[in-house]
Amino acid sequence: MSAESSVLYDAPGPRAKRLDAILNWVFTAVFVAGFALAAYQMYQRGVFDDRWEVLWDPPKGQDAIDVWRSLFNGVVSTLKAAVIAAPIALVIGGAIAIIRRGARRRLLSGSSAVATEIARGLPVLMLMFLAKLFFGWSPLWSVVFGLVVYNAAVVAEILRAGLAALPRGQREAGLSIGLSAMRTTVLIELPQAVRIMLPALVSQMVVLLKDTALGYIVAYDELLRVVKSNRDYFGDRYLIPLFLVGALIYIIINIAVSRLAVWLEGRMRRTPHAAKKDDGSAAMHDGGAEAAGIAANTGGAAGGGDPGR
Amino acid sequence: MGTFIEEFGAVWGGFLGTLSLTAVSGVLALVLGTLVAVMRVSPVGPLRTFGTVYVELVRNTPLTLMFFFWVFVAPSIGLVFPDLGFWPAVVALSLYTSAFVCEALRSGVNAVSMGQAEAARSVGLTFGQTLSQVVLPQAWRSAIPPLISVLIALTKNTSVAAGFAYVELVTVQRTLMTANPVDGLWIFFGIALMYLAITIPLGVLAGQVERKVAIAR
Repeated sequence: MSAESSVLYDAPGPRAKRLDAILNWVFTAVFVAGFALAAYQMYQRGVFDDRWEVLWDPPKGQDAIDVWRSLFNGVVSTLKAAVIAAPIALVIGGAIAIIRRGARRRLLSGSSAVATEIARGLPVLMLMFLAKLFFGWSPLWSVVFGLVVYNAAVVAEILRAGLAALPRGQREAGLSIGLSAMRTTVLIELPQAVRIMLPALVSQMVVLLKDTALGYIVAYDELLRVVKSNRDYFGDRYLIPLFLVGALIYIIINIAVSRLAVWLEGRMRRTPHAAKKDDGSAAMHDGGAEAAGIAANTGGAAGGGDPGR
Repeated sequence: MGTFIEEFGAVWGGFLGTLSLTAVSGVLALVLGTLVAVMRVSPVGPLRTFGTVYVELVRNTPLTLMFFFWVFVAPSIGLVFPDLGFWPAVVALSLYTSAFVCEALRSGVNAVSMGQAEAARSVGLTFGQTLSQVVLPQAWRSAIPPLISVLIALTKNTSVAAGFAYVELVTVQRTLMTANPVDGLWIFFGIALMYLAITIPLGVLAGQVERKVAIAR
């Protein structure tokens, strides 16, 4: 990172080095002082008193094991919603991408285009409430419904960008050996598109995992709701330690999956026969959807293998 | 259908709630995100570290967790808001969105060709001058399409406030759907229309800006 930003300033000379050293010290001191002040404020409010015992010796005759077991169940529910939703979203998203690319009928590809646009433009929470209040589904399936509809649309869009980024010759070759448009898309183009877009797909799965936390609002017993119910049981005093544990679990899981995406991207850069377009790298920045959308705008025409160049 | 038209007053209230939340936290997020982006490209080590840690942490935190912190946890460490609904939502949304604004801007800074910064330095501009006079004005331009995408995401993200005592479109959707389950689908599409009324103009704007920038380069 320092290599790419160093363009903005020269290699430091003696004066700049001195200035750098001073600034380093000043800002380090400022940050340390800031944290110390915050910690002192918290200390004044008794944040560091015996409330942390809730994590190993909770009150009200509960065992530490009970607290940790409930938190563990929360993590399991969070992961369960993500693990159910992710494959369904990937399959549906893939199917939509195939239809938009391979289907000859305008009606089919057009309607799937409209459906993805609408699904992408709505808040996930709205979809969850639709499932919960209108279909009357259980909280788990409401969460899964919201996650699947939104993420399938985004996955379709990412794959569409990947398909558009492929060299034209791939499609022409497939058609010229007599494969139908659909079979060309499925057998020849899609595997390559998935490969190019793998980092973007993985970071979209991170977004999906993060969005399971919306389950808190539709009364799904995921990690955050478990933290809340523990707090309701033990009292507001114990909220800070419980919240901190919950937040740490979320952040650790998410960073682990994000790292996977970065690692995959690095691996692809090194592999020589991977396609050269690296739209995936920009997609890392914001869950892939936006970058993929931009990439999709630059891509060529969807539908039928038109012969014109 | 009937319910949506009869209750349009409530829907309109929700729409204004969503719009004001989007506008206020959008502006704050842009300001904050620019500051963090400057930190992340600055020559001062501790600022860079702070920026990096901030962005990594915020981007890996679910927004609901952020809301939960500002609504339930913050009061017990002494950060109390004057009212419950609006301001905690603004703070949570601005902090969350600022990380994405920072990344959009930073990718814009990286897109400015190296020669620009080199030329600025060679005529003797300092880091601050290079950044504010030469690089950022160009970075802004190529960062605008992704920034608008971030704002569209923000518009959708304001819906999380529905779970934390703020009246906006999803709150209205929930009350109307609970009261008139039969009309649910109409209510859903009506509310969806209100969201699209915000996001589609933004998307069109992004497309136009993109075309303009493409010509300018």
